[in-house]
Amino acid sequence: MREIPVLEVKDLRTVFLTDAGPVRAVDGVSFTVMPGETLGIVGESGSGKSVTALSLLRLLEEPARIVGGSIRFQGRDLLAMDQEALRALRGDRISMVFQDPMTGLNPVVRILRQLTEHMVAHGRATPAEAKSRAISLLGRMGITAPERSAARFPHEFSGGMRQRVMLGIGFANDPALLIADEPTTALDVTIQAQILDLLRRLNGEFGTAIVLISHDLGVIADVCRRVAVMYAGEVVEEAGTAAVLADPRHPYAWALVNAVPRIGTPLGTDRRLVAIEGAPPDPLALPAGCRFAPRCPFRIARCETEHPPLAEVAPGRLARCWVTQAGEVLPKAGVAGFVGTARIPVATQPILSVRGLEKRFPLPRESLLAPRRVVHAVNGIDLDVARGETLGVVGESGCGKSTLARLITRIHAPSAGSIVFDGQEIGQASAAEIRPLRRRLQMVFQDPYASLNPRMRVGDILAEPLIAHGLIGRGAAARERVTELLATVGLNPAWATRCPHEFSGGQRQRISIARALALQPDMILADEPISALDVNIQAQILNLMLDLQQRMGLTYLFIAHDLAVVRHLCDRVAVLYLGKVMELAPSAELFARPLHPYSSVLISAVPGRAGRILLQGEPPSTLAKPTGCPFRGRCPIARPICETPPPLVEHAPGCFAACHFPGEFAPPPSP
Amino acid sequence: MSGAIALPAVPSRRSRLWRRYGLAGFGAGIVLAWILIALLAPWLSPYPPDFVEVTNRLQPPSATHWLGTDALGRDCFSRLLHGARVSLLAGFSVVVLGAGFGTLLGMVAAYARGWVDEALMRLTDLVLCFPPIILALAIAAALGIGTTNTIIAMLVVWWPKFARLARALALVQRGQEYVEAAVVLGLKPARILGRHIVPNAVGPLVVLVTLDVGNAIITFAGLSFLGLGVVPPTPEWGAMVAEGRELVEQWWVATFPGLAILTIVLGFNFLGDGVRDWLDPKARSR
Repeated sequence: MREIPVLEVKDLRTVFLTDAGPVRAVDGVSFTVMPGETLGIVGESGSGKSVTALSLLRLLEEPARIVGGSIRFQGRDLLAMDQEALRALRGDRISMVFQDPMTGLNPVVRILRQLTEHMVAHGRATPAEAKSRAISLLGRMGITAPERSAARFPHEFSGGMRQRVMLGIGFANDPALLIADEPTTALDVTIQAQILDLLRRLNGEFGTAIVLISHDLGVIADVCRRVAVMYAGEVVEEAGTAAVLADPRHPYAWALVNAVPRIGTPLGTDRRLVAIEGAPPDPLALPAGCRFAPRCPFRIARCETEHPPLAEVAPGRLARCWVTQAGEVLPKAGVAGFVGTARIPVATQPILSVRGLEKRFPLPRESLLAPRRVVHAVNGIDLDVARGETLGVVGESGCGKSTLARLITRIHAPSAGSIVFDGQEIGQASAAEIRPLRRRLQMVFQDPYASLNPRMRVGDILAEPLIAHGLIGRGAAARERVTELLATVGLNPAWATRCPHEFSGGQRQRISIARALALQPDMILADEPISALDVNIQAQILNLMLDLQQRMGLTYLFIAHDLAVVRHLCDRVAVLYLGKVMELAPSAELFARPLHPYSSVLISAVPGRAGRILLQGEPPSTLAKPTGCPFRGRCPIARPICETPPPLVEHAPGCFAACHFPGEFAPPPSP
Repeated sequence: MSGAIALPAVPSRRSRLWRRYGLAGFGAGIVLAWILIALLAPWLSPYPPDFVEVTNRLQPPSATHWLGTDALGRDCFSRLLHGARVSLLAGFSVVVLGAGFGTLLGMVAAYARGWVDEALMRLTDLVLCFPPIILALAIAAALGIGTTNTIIAMLVVWWPKFARLARALALVQRGQEYVEAAVVLGLKPARILGRHIVPNAVGPLVVLVTLDVGNAIITFAGLSFLGLGVVPPTPEWGAMVAEGRELVEQWWVATFPGLAILTIVLGFNFLGDGVRDWLDPKARSR
């Protein structure tokens, strides 16, 4: 007997009825998920992956509408069901986990109620049964002390814990299908590793089929056996995940695979990444031929005129590409990465030198008599940055990396310690004293949507610092310099009269970089400049930063949570934990032979990698100043001596670690 | 092939605009009509507003006196038209001056923080502690009767809410990355405040201003009703209602000024709601 698929989507079409016309967000998507199977859907923002997920449960609201195709769940047509029947399925046979664990739970309802509510509502259990099941579920989701946790409110939980609760809710009624839309995007890398591991285990234990939506192929590779790659509303490739990663058969999948530096790959000599230029097509004016053709490096004449079907290119592998359907093989990308000798600062005077830097943020008192609570964001950081190098700073959220950048740029004033920039002490200097120095020390921010004033034109944004520093008059000279700056970052100079909202995220980040360059700085601090961007745009921005560094001799302090990117881009890397430097070493050394156990754990947590060390628990609260080694509470090799703080000591040339047992915790075997 | 599927029609732009801003347009119409009336009152009214004709007192509405006459035989219609001048002048000047002063204080407090913030906000709290009408009443009584004095009295109680709102809005903007970027670029505080914080924070203030004009008109009319607003012969709606409150038989004396207050306040409220929808991108995309 042939097994009935859990989910069978055929030629699904969803449109958004906008003022400008109908936008085909999902345009003829088909896939099948068998019981217990795991399917990943990957694509950049705007590719239609989330709309597909919402269409599956018919959760779309006006102006979105499903206009064609069929969705069969266990053989029943979802599109023909009335609202009553749909409601019976949602949260019962099909459940969904969303991206943001912070808003996914009702803040005024205790955890227990949120877990039992739909068990009782769907008639799966009496309130008493539901309660005991909820508590056992919390335990299975890896929440410690489930009875006590069940009585709490969501705000008492961290993001990772909430996502566990969300998964518990998702699995409560033992569904046949779980749809997870970017479930780990908002989480730190070690927590992400825990959640992905949990998803994989749950798939095994409950036999629940999973549809996992992500922009990160690595995340999908961790959980899913098969993957569908989406571009401009269509599936462009569908195959086994391992096969796609090793040998993509659609040029867009090829670009996705190669745009991301991977920790496993050997380092080459060129730091530039494979980036395809351009942006996804305008959904209102889709090209007549292949939708990827305008950006495709492999296109042939036929691609411009004829729309390719999704056809088999190898057993079990579908691709929507004329080139690979004709039997061509996409080339292996040149080995990206860098192993040249890192520029280790020795005799030269560092451009930036930070000593004993501390920052405490006092919180408002909870009541008149309560003691004032303090967030210890940075707890004594020593760093030197050499002229012309790129120093990476990595760590999980709450480790103080963004605060560090805001202290060096003096957006915040340090509580203690010194910051010396090119021989001048700026740590305790007044705002007026620093102002002339600001020209030489600039910053690029994380969120391209928040870092540009929405009410100013791009030309004014770029000219403002020049005028403010008296470097240039208004009028023609300013316009000329703006033109030059836009050209430098690869934007059309005619766009100077546009406002920020007319640009995409990647373009905005280019504007942000141009603004930092306007004053011709010596050093740029980049605070997670690519983490809000799609992978292909990330590669474009990183390449731009590399070019600028070579042309202008810039020094970078590059803050990131993506270790593979840091390894790829940086000469040296500092690993931060709870506001202290755990390890500081040349990039190649750090990733090959991490000295500090926390570095080993971080490196192994990168998705899409075998031999993972799962760290239990979460970083401790920053409300208490850490005593001893800050990492000892989670450290796999902690011993009593770790209660005395280990100093940051040089263990090998240029390799510093703050650990009593450097190198003792074996690094994971490289795959 | 994908072009072949039939797509449902998008509702026309005009019908959606009408649904969203119809009421606001109605409100704007009322407000505009009253503004025109106020400007053209001397030409529109059939009699001078303080033309006393005691022999002709308390006449019901008729062809010669459309809204009747009051206890001194003055034409109610003419007084109603002239009353719009005082009400609108008081409403606008109180709100515009109060909002301007309050916004300046609030934004400076938010940007400076520290003791400046503390001092300015405690002052705000101090004023907010008193019931506004009663405080305005006391100040107006102390200053003496008169339109200007009443407006001053109202200003004293009017600015604090704008200071509070402006401070909250500026604090939100202060944490934005583009303000941090402006700091890193070495811009001076006045420029950051004027160029980056204020333009991005004024949206909700504009909404409050529009909604608040109606409120100010009502308060001013209330003070006049209690005898503190305008010097007697000046036509003013609140005072006119006060004159007519005991005249049960002569209903027209109090009713029409009351209706005038009702329509103008309603007009400002509809308009303010529309402005809020228009400035709120979330409500806009619906």
